[in-house]
Amino acid sequence: MAETASGNKALFVEEPLIFEQGDDATSGVDLPAPPTVKNRLGGLEREGRIGLPGLAEPEVVRHYLRLSQRNYSIDGGFYPLGSCTMKYNPRLNEKMARLKGLGDLHPLQPMSTVQGALELIDTLAHWLKVLTGMPAVAMTPAAGAHGELTGLMTIRAAHEDRGDARKRVLVPESAHGTNPASAAACGYEVDPVPANDRGRVDLAALKAKLGPDVAALMLTNPNTCGLFETDILEIAAAVHGAGAYFYCDGANLNAIVGRVRPGDLGIDCMHMNLHKTFSTPHGGGGPGSGPVVLSAPLAPFAPLPYVVHGAEGFRLVEHYTESDAKPFGRVKGFHGQFGVFVRALAYMMSMGADGLRQVAEDAVLNANYLLARLSGDLTPSFEGPCMHEALFDDRFLKDTGVSTLDFAKALIDEGFHPMTMYFPLVVHGAMLMEPTETESKGTLDAYIASVKALAARAKAGEADYFHQAPVHSPRRRLDETAAARKPVLRWAK
Amino acid sequence: MRYLPLTDDDRRQMLAAIGVATVDELFRDVPAAARLPAPVDLPRHAGECAVERTLGAMARKNLSPSEVPCFLGAGIYRHHVPAAVDHLIQRGEFLTAYTPYQPEVSQGTLQYLFEFQTQVAMITGMEVANASMYDGATVCAEAVMMAARVSRRNRVVVSGGLHPHYLDVVRTYARFLGLDCVDLPPDWAGDEDLAPSIDGATACVAVQNPDFYGRVHDYSALAQRCQEAGALLVVTVTEPVSLGLLKPPGEMGADIVAAEGQGLGGAPSFGGPTVGLMAARNKFVRQLPGRLVGETVDVDGRRGYVLTLSTREQHIRREKATSNICTNSGLCALAFTIHLTLLGEHGFRQLAQLNHATAVSLADRLAKVPGIEVLNETYFNEFTLRLPKPGAGVVEALAERGILGGVPVSRFHPEREEVRNLMLVAASELTTEDDAAAFADALEEVL
Amino acid sequence: MAITRFTKEHEWVRIEGDEGVVGITSYAQEQLGDLVYIELPEIGAEIAAGDQLAVVESVKAASEVYSPVSGTVAATNQAVADNPAQVNADPLGEGWFVRLKLRDPDEAEGLMDEDAYAVYCEGLA
Repeated sequence: MAETASGNKALFVEEPLIFEQGDDATSGVDLPAPPTVKNRLGGLEREGRIGLPGLAEPEVVRHYLRLSQRNYSIDGGFYPLGSCTMKYNPRLNEKMARLKGLGDLHPLQPMSTVQGALELIDTLAHWLKVLTGMPAVAMTPAAGAHGELTGLMTIRAAHEDRGDARKRVLVPESAHGTNPASAAACGYEVDPVPANDRGRVDLAALKAKLGPDVAALMLTNPNTCGLFETDILEIAAAVHGAGAYFYCDGANLNAIVGRVRPGDLGIDCMHMNLHKTFSTPHGGGGPGSGPVVLSAPLAPFAPLPYVVHGAEGFRLVEHYTESDAKPFGRVKGFHGQFGVFVRALAYMMSMGADGLRQVAEDAVLNANYLLARLSGDLTPSFEGPCMHEALFDDRFLKDTGVSTLDFAKALIDEGFHPMTMYFPLVVHGAMLMEPTETESKGTLDAYIASVKALAARAKAGEADYFHQAPVHSPRRRLDETAAARKPVLRWAK
Repeated sequence: MRYLPLTDDDRRQMLAAIGVATVDELFRDVPAAARLPAPVDLPRHAGECAVERTLGAMARKNLSPSEVPCFLGAGIYRHHVPAAVDHLIQRGEFLTAYTPYQPEVSQGTLQYLFEFQTQVAMITGMEVANASMYDGATVCAEAVMMAARVSRRNRVVVSGGLHPHYLDVVRTYARFLGLDCVDLPPDWAGDEDLAPSIDGATACVAVQNPDFYGRVHDYSALAQRCQEAGALLVVTVTEPVSLGLLKPPGEMGADIVAAEGQGLGGAPSFGGPTVGLMAARNKFVRQLPGRLVGETVDVDGRRGYVLTLSTREQHIRREKATSNICTNSGLCALAFTIHLTLLGEHGFRQLAQLNHATAVSLADRLAKVPGIEVLNETYFNEFTLRLPKPGAGVVEALAERGILGGVPVSRFHPEREEVRNLMLVAASELTTEDDAAAFADALEEVL
Repeated sequence: MAITRFTKEHEWVRIEGDEGVVGITSYAQEQLGDLVYIELPEIGAEIAAGDQLAVVESVKAASEVYSPVSGTVAATNQAVADNPAQVNADPLGEGWFVRLKLRDPDEAEGLMDEDAYAVYCEGLA
């Protein structure tokens, strides 16, 4: 195919950086001239140019529209990223978050003027507590990893309140990287727990590691292999028997929401990713929201602020001195990711108790359908049904010269977003597929057909096809080694 | 249910393909005692109309700042966000994309983040910026932890001019990480001297500009003092619009800038989500938390962008990562960068000038109200008033008259007698002369 | 002739009188892939056998390099810090990391020689 004179390809139009367009004088915003006043800046005005480019509004709109067309998105196609829960993000959520009286609220208005907002936080908290079967929830964490840190701080505060300075947190090898990173940020030592050959925590190894210096076990359930921890009740008993708390990473709550309550599993502490299970958009990497549900022994140590309901309506408790509990501190400015709360509550109300139960059923059904239909062509890592995501390894690619990465890049050319690759670390060349409940059978069948065709192609010795892939995307494989060796992290003239 | 595409017929076919009779069989790994037999005790599903009605009712119980004169700031600032911003961030390709781990199909997100990093570095006067954090308060805590890693020291000195929420977050993070946090008392009078607190064990000094009470500072001498002691200077900014007019932290010798970006592109949204901005000297880049986008080329030699220096991050370094942060504030960063691109050099400076001039007019007007004293000699778009009576009661009385008058400092320091009568007041391009007049009149009534 | 010894963590040390030159093996650089960053210790640092001596990073992995022997850091190879690709190209030669003033020149005796290391690597495949 001959190159075009412009380098463009019909709908794929090349777009330079904003810094390579525009000028000093142009602006896409018309502002009135400032009134003439004596300035009060104390002689600390900026001197010289900042270097920002100025563009007119139509140029700006075109720039970002063209950029948007270089992105894969859940609106545009199937996004089976394991452990990421890329489900449909309802537009009603967006509309509700922008309502006058919600989106425009200032966090420091007198509490008498934000009773509806506090009611909304309280209502969402109620839904989360009922769904998880837990008595309390800390609403302020900004994302999943922030929730992990908050949960661990709560645990440490609870131990320290009894004068029990425990130093170790047990984390399974299959855990997401945020788990050990959060434990380290909370001042804990991380002690890995091995998996057994069924993809679950090795119970005997866990029991051997439990002791008087273990503060908590951090377990993802369903775990990152997409499997329910079958020994969970015994795990909880062993953890509690050692005087430790049971932290559950709730990233995979979508598999069990409405069907299993973590509170019935002996869990003390679990963060939820509202941007996964409860449909708020990932936005290209945030914002998220990571409320943490807490068991009764941990509840008094939850961070500030929190909402209470009394005779005079709703109130935010913002200070230790106003609290009748023992809050460990504050983890975020203001009152949490309110805009995400609105979206999540709109979704939860839309689905209801019955719909959320159906969410878990359809998510698990869709994943098992992928697992069943692909097991003959790919190599599933473990036997038995999965929960909300299906895990394969790279044994089916042995001696083909095709790696998991190559396989995933070929899926891009097929029009699908790749699955999660090389995670969890406990299987070789992992491919973790999470379809979610918002995909139709037709979409799954089309994806299955592509994966099967690619597997056949790999086994037929067409390694070069995979090494070239992707060829139809706006960019082909990028040189990450060069990017890391000589980092260019900003534009310069 | 409108978000679930599977039909009962689909479900039957799929169960048959799997080889089980019911979905319940797929949940067989769950202990029987923990399987709920029926839906939990919450309302059943609802249509759009019903949800809008319920949430709309909650919204109407609030006093909307869009509908009344509003002078609230203290870390969240109301500005006019151009219509194009909200339109563009709602494009599905931006809104519903994941973190750009597959660069071949994520160039849109990656390029705007590269542009965002450049803009943040430019307006703060720093060499390098990351691709966003949660909010100003958590960036401030991350900056302090980063300074401890860089300096290999564990004492952090925090100015009494720092936003109290930021201080609380720094204090909380520091406590669990084993850092010694030396925080000075609230500096409402503006006479704090940080120099005596700095010594050979100091990892960093954290200050804010303009400070919490609105004063504008030149931290150049403090930067010099820090450098001599081998400590880092962390400068926090809560109002990004101020950077259009004020000497940026980088020109004062800041080592790390920790800022809240909500003032550009972001709705107040009751305080979240917002976007944390983090910038630093280039030599500290490997100690930065969070994501970084870098420029490279693809196999055909075409320019493109990737996430880079990822070995700092939790998904590779696990417990040795520079931070546990994963999801950050991508979409808020997009709103920020679009707003700043729309403004451009000229518009950004003009917006800042307009904010300042409006605040000066307002301060001059309020200073004429009997009993009121404007404490600040310097400020950008927010200043502190001393009232003849407690601020908490005054803002309640103003709210009853339909005016969101300001933030009583006692909301942050309920135990401190000396700040009881202080109130923070912010103005912006949204503040009209009528608003200012109504505010002044109402204050005369309630005082 | 200088003797070279190898560790199970894929470092090597070449004994030259009372000094030891340390680097990573060809097997290690192959497993890591293209190196993008190398962090070297400060000159004068006291290092015990088994202590972290350096950090090597590829795009997708970071690993610690542990010292095979004890000693004081006498010199570091700035050329590999500036150009990590040199380690991929010549791990046992130009790709060296650190020159240590050895505490005990006989300490390396307990490590694997070239043949034993080759057998060890074969066992890993």
